[in-house]
Amino acid sequence: MNNRINQLFETKKEPILSVYFTAGFPELNDTFAIIKELENSGVDLIEIGIPFSDPTADGPTIQKSSEIALKNGMSLNLLFEQLKTIRETIKIPLILMGYFNPVYQFGVEKFCKKCAEIGIDGAILPDLPLDEFKAEYKAVFDANNLHNILLITPQTPEARIREIDAASEGFIYMVSSSSTTGAGKKVEDFQQDYFERIKQMNLRNNCIIGFGISDRATFSNACKYAAGAIIGSAFVKALTNDGSLKETIAAFIQSIKTEE
Amino acid sequence: MYKLSMRVTWVKNYNFDLCVYLSELQYFKSNNIRMKFQVNEKGYYGDFGGAWIPEMMYTNIEELKRRYLEIIESVEFKNEFEQLLKDYVGRPSPLYFAARLSEHYGSKIFLKREDLNHTGSHKLNNTIGQILLAQKLGKTRIIAETGAGQHGVATATVCALKGIKCVVYMGALDVSRQAPNVKKMKMLGADVVPVHSGNKTLKDATNEAMRDWINNPEDTHYIIGSVVGPHPYPDMVARFQSVISAEMKKQLRAQTGNELPTRILACVGGGSNAAGAFYHFLDDEKVELIGVEAAGKGVDTGETAATLTVGTPGVLHASKTMLMQNSDGQITEPYSISAGLDYPGIGPLHAHLHKTGRAKYLAATDEEVLKSVLLLTQKEGIIPALESAHALAALDKIKMNPDDVNVINLSGSGNKDMETYLNYFGY
Ligand SMILES: Cc1ncc(COP(=O)(O)O)c(C=O)c1O
Repeated sequence: MNNRINQLFETKKEPILSVYFTAGFPELNDTFAIIKELENSGVDLIEIGIPFSDPTADGPTIQKSSEIALKNGMSLNLLFEQLKTIRETIKIPLILMGYFNPVYQFGVEKFCKKCAEIGIDGAILPDLPLDEFKAEYKAVFDANNLHNILLITPQTPEARIREIDAASEGFIYMVSSSSTTGAGKKVEDFQQDYFERIKQMNLRNNCIIGFGISDRATFSNACKYAAGAIIGSAFVKALTNDGSLKETIAAFIQSIKTEE
Repeated sequence: MYKLSMRVTWVKNYNFDLCVYLSELQYFKSNNIRMKFQVNEKGYYGDFGGAWIPEMMYTNIEELKRRYLEIIESVEFKNEFEQLLKDYVGRPSPLYFAARLSEHYGSKIFLKREDLNHTGSHKLNNTIGQILLAQKLGKTRIIAETGAGQHGVATATVCALKGIKCVVYMGALDVSRQAPNVKKMKMLGADVVPVHSGNKTLKDATNEAMRDWINNPEDTHYIIGSVVGPHPYPDMVARFQSVISAEMKKQLRAQTGNELPTRILACVGGGSNAAGAFYHFLDDEKVELIGVEAAGKGVDTGETAATLTVGTPGVLHASKTMLMQNSDGQITEPYSISAGLDYPGIGPLHAHLHKTGRAKYLAATDEEVLKSVLLLTQKEGIIPALESAHALAALDKIKMNPDDVNVINLSGSGNKDMETYLNYFGY
């Protein structure tokens, strides 16, 4: 079956730029405008965050955006409503990212079906562990052609990386260092040996590096070792800059894509 | 034909049962306990539990999972643990026959005096166990979350005892309403970090401690304060607290001639003191087990922490358990006058005991609890912690016969709650 994520990796030769934002932030109904402007600016892949009250793997920026999004009234139901006709305009792959509990309450099977219906290509649920996923949910994800993107970290043992690679479709989310999202990192902080080690493993899936990618320098450094990189907190922070959403997004993505 | 297939099925089942029986026997032998309400190897109590951790916590949880039983079952560990419980914590804690309270209720009431432990609550049983474990794992930095500050103080205490660096996360609201405990932790040498996210209480402190662990995956051990969080914490903490029921059995035999009481009552926040008080009685189904949650202003008011009464199954803090949440799966803010019970989840063991009916769970309101505080104070000269008084308040909600033996787990002392009491009672 065709999935936009696989198509992207098959066709795109340059580094993949993926951007995360929290749905419902800064304003409840910004979802479409943000996705549209990201696509216009040349972003390859978008991760739409489902806000959760207790985002234990996130740093202050995404925590704050989630809190505001929930106050604004965002919910998974509403998000699906906002995305209902998204495929009339948006062509790039879309991924939903969030914690397991809101998905569990919605119903995992219903969630997968809804994603298939709308044209969502993948999900990232950091607190859905590998063994639970394989035992309970992989079949229903596969049946709906929805890729569950799994994470690896600098501490993940090699045998487990192989196991994750075997269970992954789409790509592997390579967490840059042992941290929550957004910790302000410099290029020097990245563990090059870890990036190198993973590169040497020749996994069947592509890897995309995330957590702490915030600017042109960290992005292009990460892309030396992986198929692409994900920018989250830095983009979420930029969304609160003065000026129109459209201009802010265009300027931010421009700054990532332009050589200094 | 029919007969043959019957036979085949029978043989198959027999083999299967035999395997199960043999593996149970193995387990029974190695742990010296029965299986029924024990966690399985995946960390589940029936439908509840597991380790719903992000990959960033995998290595730490895996290490714990692999090593905790081997370490805590070792003779060396047991000797150190028991020595410290005796000489440092002051165990065994007395089982006290409360004569005037018994007279008041027309039934025999015993108090298991966890309030007399060093640092004033049952929390130290767990932190002693975990600090010894952390040392065996070679960890050099300890983190903890705290609500009332009792677990924070118990953690700061064992860190002082062992000379290990200690960071305690505490909701900013709790920092202000539990000021004496904050000062104690600081005096003991701990860093107390106020947490400003969410409702600024225990749940938020737990989130922040988990984030710290993600950011410090190598040198740090997280001492969770209750039977909550990812497997193996619920089982590990229950084992450390199980000393409560082990002592109770001996003391009951000595004082009443029967090691089994009619019922045991304990308050339930995350559920560690209740787990400890129930542990060695779980398979004696004649013993009635009653957990008491915080109703707050009433279970129907929206200002409550009675998770099992108002909650539904979900995943929080890496455990599948009963939670207070809305229909979107967002965790709702609990409320209780007692900071130690102000938690929107509950340990998976209790979710299981509740679901199977092995234990019964009641809820007591702030007002009922304060009445019970005063009753115990003036009948027995014992000022209980707000949390523990929830168990006392349940005595007004159950039917007791004159010959019944009721054991209340008095989980902590009221010293930390004096300001609340003075304000409320107006002394
Ligand atoms: C005295 C006392 N009892 C009970 C509790 C509740 O915890 P648990 O349900 O884990 O025993 C606390 C928590 O701070 C406490 O301080």
